[in-house]
Amino acid sequence: MIRLKLPDYKCQTEKVKERFSRLKRRSVTMEVRNLTKTFQGIDGPVTALKNINLKVHKREFVCVIGPSGCGKSTLIRTLAGLEEASSGEILLDDKVVTKPGPERGMVYQEYTLFPWLTVKKNIMFGLLESGATKSIAESEARQWTSLVGLEKFENHFPNQLSGGMKQRVAIARALATQPKILLMDEPFGALDAQTRAKMQVYLMEIWKNIDITILFITHDLNEAVYLADRVVVLKANPGEIQEVIEVPVPQPRNPSQFITPEFLATKHHIETLIHPIGEVKEVDNLNLVRMVNVESDIGDVF
Amino acid sequence: MPFLAVRKPLSKEKRSLVAILSFAIPLMIWSAVSYLPFVWHPLIKVTDAGSVDYFKANMLVPRETFEFEAEKMVSAGLEQPSGLPSNPLYLPAPHEVGKALYTAFATEPRRQSEKWLHESLWSSIQVIFWGFILSSMLGIPIGILAGTFDFFSKLFEPFIEFFRYLPAPAFGALAVAILGIYQAPKIAIIFIGTFFQQVLVVANTARKLDPALLEAGQTLGANNRSLVLRVVIPGILPDLYRDTRILLGWAWTYLIVAELIGTSSGITWFITQQARYKNFDNVYAAIIIIGVLGLFIDFLLAYFGRRFFPWKTT
Repeated sequence: MIRLKLPDYKCQTEKVKERFSRLKRRSVTMEVRNLTKTFQGIDGPVTALKNINLKVHKREFVCVIGPSGCGKSTLIRTLAGLEEASSGEILLDDKVVTKPGPERGMVYQEYTLFPWLTVKKNIMFGLLESGATKSIAESEARQWTSLVGLEKFENHFPNQLSGGMKQRVAIARALATQPKILLMDEPFGALDAQTRAKMQVYLMEIWKNIDITILFITHDLNEAVYLADRVVVLKANPGEIQEVIEVPVPQPRNPSQFITPEFLATKHHIETLIHPIGEVKEVDNLNLVRMVNVESDIGDVF
Repeated sequence: MPFLAVRKPLSKEKRSLVAILSFAIPLMIWSAVSYLPFVWHPLIKVTDAGSVDYFKANMLVPRETFEFEAEKMVSAGLEQPSGLPSNPLYLPAPHEVGKALYTAFATEPRRQSEKWLHESLWSSIQVIFWGFILSSMLGIPIGILAGTFDFFSKLFEPFIEFFRYLPAPAFGALAVAILGIYQAPKIAIIFIGTFFQQVLVVANTARKLDPALLEAGQTLGANNRSLVLRVVIPGILPDLYRDTRILLGWAWTYLIVAELIGTSSGITWFITQQARYKNFDNVYAAIIIIGVLGLFIDFLLAYFGRRFFPWKTT
């Protein structure tokens, strides 16, 4: 078997290095300080998140990845203010935030569009809440619908749209209130592979053109490496930051980079962090014996 | 597609056929019992008394008595009585009830103070309407609050859980003592019978709203007031509408009890009065009218429901 010889994921070209040093000089949009989250389980308290420290810079794209049960969703829900932190602080532009608010837009995997509102009115929801008049909200919503390419569907109800379209509306709805940061909780997890790839390209386009910082939860390695400036790798029990990786793949990204050495190296490294080599859990093994008749025509599938 | 397929809708033609059957079967049983002389018919309607001294024409006597008397006359060499098998008075045949459906409306009341059937019906509809409207005006908002905020749930629901086990008719005497003998106590009984169930049903419906929608609302900047007015209420509206349809059915079932309180009135008065005159065909006619009216209102509400909530069906 031929093994690919991959470079070290820490190896960055001058251009990438220079970009990261510039990125780190930017102001910090969201800062997480010593965030810990415990909740009462059946047998005693469970620590879902432990001592999370993270700085997300302005217009940075950060992906959070980790094995299932590592508290990715708890993290983003706490950042959004939907769950209370047990200890620690969340700062948005140096101000402590505890409750949900429109300055942190949220996009969920299940779209969560209001089914009784049309596309346009869904996008208008947050604008009206922030005190915009109906005519202003309407014209802004119209701009957003055309920005996500759905102007033909502005009077459709969500259940008349495909999954990818729904998620575009959800993104537009979250962006319409001009949040400082967009929190995305596995937003493309329910989409099929092609739609997903398309949505990733859309999201990159939006990120490039709009003044927005993005924190993106995923369990898909390709997605994390493809989208992120930095990838935060969590580990489970308790949910802690294992490593923060600066992705050495140059920006702007395009799908042809999926097979570049630095892409594969980063992906491989994250893979080993999430699923350490040699780690075999007993529950993962099947307990099979041969159950094919000896006289069967096809005795062996190979 | 066979008629019996687990959780598969029937084809359009089959569905209509089965729906017609659902009414046709009870009607066929009723007709069989009424028109086939060998099915049931426990009595004999005397057509000719013969030599039996206490028999009279059109008298209804039990079959055994009739046969016993007939045998007695045969052995005594006297004239036999003759008669036709017949059902008791309280089971009129379909055609009699059908005729009564018309005559009940067309017949003038016996006394001047008495009401025509349509007047009685109108009075009943008013009692239902006011009882149900008052209940909904209080019950729906309280239910929505209880389903949205735990505070209101804990404040209202324990007491309501207790109160809903108290049978509404038990408050009849009290209602009359407080509200007099006319329409008010009847409306109160409908209210008591509906309100407590309504709060719990609406609260449950409000609780079933996808919490992710409330979270989405919050991350878009909605405060509590907005969450209730712009997320909870529009979000549960179709279910609320369905609940209201079902609860209106409940209110109808309380109607008869409510109308017996104080001065008997409405369709109940009509029914009891006709039963007293032994016009059982009119009694059945009135019962059928209540059913048809209820079904009609339900159909109407279902039809509007589909038009109100286009996002629910398409």
